[in-house]
Amino acid sequence: MIRYVLRRILYAIPIAFGVSVVCFSLVYIAPGDPLQTVMPPDATAETIAIVKHAYGFDKPLPVQFLIWLGRVVTGDFGMSIATRRPVFLEVSEALANTALLAMFAVPLAFFTGYVMGAVAGSFAGRWVDRVVTGAAVVGVSLPNYWLGIVLVIVFAVEYMLLPATGMGPNGSTAFNLLQWSNVQFLILPVVTLAMIPIGILARTTRAAVAEVRNQDFVQTLRAKGLSEWAVTRHVLKNAMPQVLAVMGLQFGYLLGGSILVETVFTWPGSGFLLSKAIINRDVPVLQGTILALSLVFVATNFVVDLLQSPIDPRIRRA
Amino acid sequence: MTDYSSVIPAKARIQGDRAPAAAPCSSQGQALDPRFRGGDDVKERHTKPVYDEQALPATRVRGYWQSVFYRLQHDPVTLFFAAIVVLIVLAAVCAPLIAPFDPYKESIVGRLKPFGWRGHPLGTDELGRDMLSRLIYGGRVSLLMGVVPVLVASLIGGMLGVVGGFLGGRANTAIMRTMDVFYAFPSVLLAVAIAGAMGGGMTNGMLALTLVFVPPMCRVAETATTQIRALGFIEAARASGARTTTIIRYHVLGNVLGPVFIYASSLVSVSILLASGLSFLGLGVRPPVPDWGLMLSTLRQSIYVVPFVCALPGFAIFITSICCNLVSDGLRAAMDVRM
Repeated sequence: MIRYVLRRILYAIPIAFGVSVVCFSLVYIAPGDPLQTVMPPDATAETIAIVKHAYGFDKPLPVQFLIWLGRVVTGDFGMSIATRRPVFLEVSEALANTALLAMFAVPLAFFTGYVMGAVAGSFAGRWVDRVVTGAAVVGVSLPNYWLGIVLVIVFAVEYMLLPATGMGPNGSTAFNLLQWSNVQFLILPVVTLAMIPIGILARTTRAAVAEVRNQDFVQTLRAKGLSEWAVTRHVLKNAMPQVLAVMGLQFGYLLGGSILVETVFTWPGSGFLLSKAIINRDVPVLQGTILALSLVFVATNFVVDLLQSPIDPRIRRA
Repeated sequence: MTDYSSVIPAKARIQGDRAPAAAPCSSQGQALDPRFRGGDDVKERHTKPVYDEQALPATRVRGYWQSVFYRLQHDPVTLFFAAIVVLIVLAAVCAPLIAPFDPYKESIVGRLKPFGWRGHPLGTDELGRDMLSRLIYGGRVSLLMGVVPVLVASLIGGMLGVVGGFLGGRANTAIMRTMDVFYAFPSVLLAVAIAGAMGGGMTNGMLALTLVFVPPMCRVAETATTQIRALGFIEAARASGARTTTIIRYHVLGNVLGPVFIYASSLVSVSILLASGLSFLGLGVRPPVPDWGLMLSTLRQSIYVVPFVCALPGFAIFITSICCNLVSDGLRAAMDVRM
């Protein structure tokens, strides 16, 4: 087990390194000079050279990358061009808000999707299966930014039950989970965010469960005289690795993919920060947010890999 | 009577070889790969009693593609949604012919009008432009941004995957580990990051989406190739003196195209959603070009005035995406591809 954990860590390191290379190069795939946004348009060649030297842009790319990596490792993501605040602060505040959404969206999506898929898979071909499969296709095909707008139209514009956008009354961002006036802002974004993962998870679980039910050992269990409930337990356990893998991916998508949903609801999370950074051409913030989110994603996949091994001991030897 | 249909690779069977007898034989030999079974459609087998079929004279066994078409023809749901996709594509292609108004014609008095206002069946947008015409024209950009990245990514990713899977060893490890790095980004995030850094625009958006789809495409092709490479007929081909290029062209590609095609078809819906998402964030086409994502984003401010008109572009995205998904599911079932 320890060897397995070590191997997974060794495997995650080059991935994390590759991710930082990609994030670093984001500045350089931008058209024009990376300094274009900070320099006044009438700056002389001499000033540009001085600034370039000060920011280290005159050094060769690999050296620049190592300097950047050294700063990032110590938590220095640079300064936001738009707000002049440290990117680290901006990103960590935004990540906390995104985590708040995920805290509710993840259990909602995983529970609903899993139950839907397990029921459909157990009754493959019956009407329950058809209903769930149909609902899951709708979930997968829904543009969540549109769903968000439709929910706002229905619940905020037409019936005025829930607030349309923001995180708290009068634009406050101090969130208190015990107060309805705050919690009501959560409901629509959480539901919107959960919709696609519900669809994907229901489809995956259904396929996995239906496949396992067709295996020979299920027949053996029945022949042995196990109750249908006990058989179902065995089936669910054997379908778990596939489901868990997708859950890990979806967790990452809930964090990273929330950009569109957060933009619709102007929820001040990482996705909203990212879309603001894009509008302002604020490359340090863009870089920092993406690096932070993808490292969270790498970490999630790492945890999922570790969780897989007690469920499916075979993968330890693979 | 022995049935060789399960031993002959699918590619060879497409030409239509004459097997000694029909259905019952092909059901005896169950090949590992479901696609190597030709023509043994379960439904058909059960409609006739077995003895009756044995008495029949030798008939032509349906080839792989014939059985795929047979199954598609008997799948009304898939056909229905495929028809809708065709209609949407046709509407986008023939937009100048069927759009009732000029999608760029603005009108100061006719801004944000509800359905059916003065001959505008779906109302008007915030600049008084006809919604129906803009939706029809908008399909052009949205469909293009949805389909082109998938096509390009299937070519690049498929090629990388086949080469990597066939060569194996270090070359494969190098390719797949590079792909793993891109896997470490959630897809929406990667698309937004690349398009955002490059500054938006239609070409950059398509480029970003292509980059997002190459790694999964590559993985699908690699997995399929690795599986095929281990099968006996590849070794047989090599033993009979076939060159590597010949083996890849005839034996590997013939069998990898199925999974790659099915996966690509399932990506079209994702790509349409993502492309419209990019436009929604302002990273796609620039106004005033009609595009569903962009229209949704600009109309968002007007949900208090004409809520249902504002929801229309998103509805168009949704319908297109769900139809593509259902067609892809139908194709997967008909081609019997498992991934």
